[in-house]
Amino acid sequence: MTVLLFSLIVLAGSFLAGLVGSLTGLGGGVVIIPLLTLGFGVDIHYAIGASLISVIATSSGAAAAYVKEGISNIRIGMFLEIATTLGAVGGATLAIYAPTHIIAVIFGFVLIFSAALSLKKKEEVLVQAKAGKFATALKLDSSYPTAKGEIKYSAQNIPGGFFMMAIAGLISGLLGIGSGALKVIAMDHFMRLPFKVSTTTSNFMIGVTAAASAGIYMQRGYINPGLSMPVVLGVIGGAFLGSKILVKSETKWLRILFAIIIVFLAFQMIYNGITGQI
Amino acid sequence: MKKEIKISDYDIEAVMGRLLITGVIISGTLILIGGIYYLIQHGFSIPHFKTFRGEPSNLRSVSQIMEGVIHFDSLSIIQMGLLLLIATPVARVIFAVIGFFIEKDFLYVAISLIVLGIIAYSIFSVAAA
Repeated sequence: MTVLLFSLIVLAGSFLAGLVGSLTGLGGGVVIIPLLTLGFGVDIHYAIGASLISVIATSSGAAAAYVKEGISNIRIGMFLEIATTLGAVGGATLAIYAPTHIIAVIFGFVLIFSAALSLKKKEEVLVQAKAGKFATALKLDSSYPTAKGEIKYSAQNIPGGFFMMAIAGLISGLLGIGSGALKVIAMDHFMRLPFKVSTTTSNFMIGVTAAASAGIYMQRGYINPGLSMPVVLGVIGGAFLGSKILVKSETKWLRILFAIIIVFLAFQMIYNGITGQI
Repeated sequence: MKKEIKISDYDIEAVMGRLLITGVIISGTLILIGGIYYLIQHGFSIPHFKTFRGEPSNLRSVSQIMEGVIHFDSLSIIQMGLLLLIATPVARVIFAVIGFFIEKDFLYVAISLIVLGIIAYSIFSVAAA
């Protein structure tokens, strides 16, 4: 296979990954790494490097759209980024020393976990508890606009959320994915923030977290321009198209289909990891 | 008082949003130009991504990438675009530092600086290792 053909196939695959990733909210990274490693036998370190950059591109590209809604909380985001960036640096450092087949197996399990989460029903539980001492000191309370008017909220269980964010950062740095699902869990489940605030703030954090580990990947030579070029261009294009098609109500079947594909890829990654083929 | 802070936060975010989109467009264009040029030059050779060898050092450090761009080296141009893309969220944090400073929220100036410090560590310190 020539470089041209390889680049075109990867471009098309990344375009699809970016499109479906943006429609389902799962991000493209979870598909790109299996596509490159299982489909083309690309070394997983290169695949992670390329995926990390595409994660940054989607996060930065989507930011402008989220800003219009005015509900992301940059204080909560910035405070928790201390945890995610520390975790990301740790994860990227770990990736340097971890054997590729172990990374593949961990990747597989994280994929299954993400797929299960994506199918979970998202219901808005509004906890309007009083702000604790911690939350008040850190100004982690705010309000956001809804159809029923402004709703006030305050962050709960800050140590729990902070710890969960460090894990999310670690996974992101180790596997080169945005780990948006874990970030949303930390904010939604642990800190009891409104779901909309969690998702938009998570998008803000994904880019910064990925940048923290991308620095290490570039220094170590994991960022291959020839491979990253079609991946990044494809994902940007796909995510852009995805943001233009607003089919909010009909993403359910797409989400289920995507979850099935992810679980299939996950088992492939685990199998290839255990048998040492990756 | 509370209301004012909220509007101010929103303004910071709005400018940031435009900044990020501009960054993504510029870096995407660089990657596209470098990519087309790369494919014209090397499109018919065989790719070698199967085994990890690490990129040559001229594609790892900022100054050497810049030098490659001046000599119109296709891979350096792509790498420059990728580097710029990595810089977009960093710019967002720098912008937040300035924004919080204008708001006189020094606690968050400090928090943003810590985040910036961790990212700077990841970009600069490993090179020595």
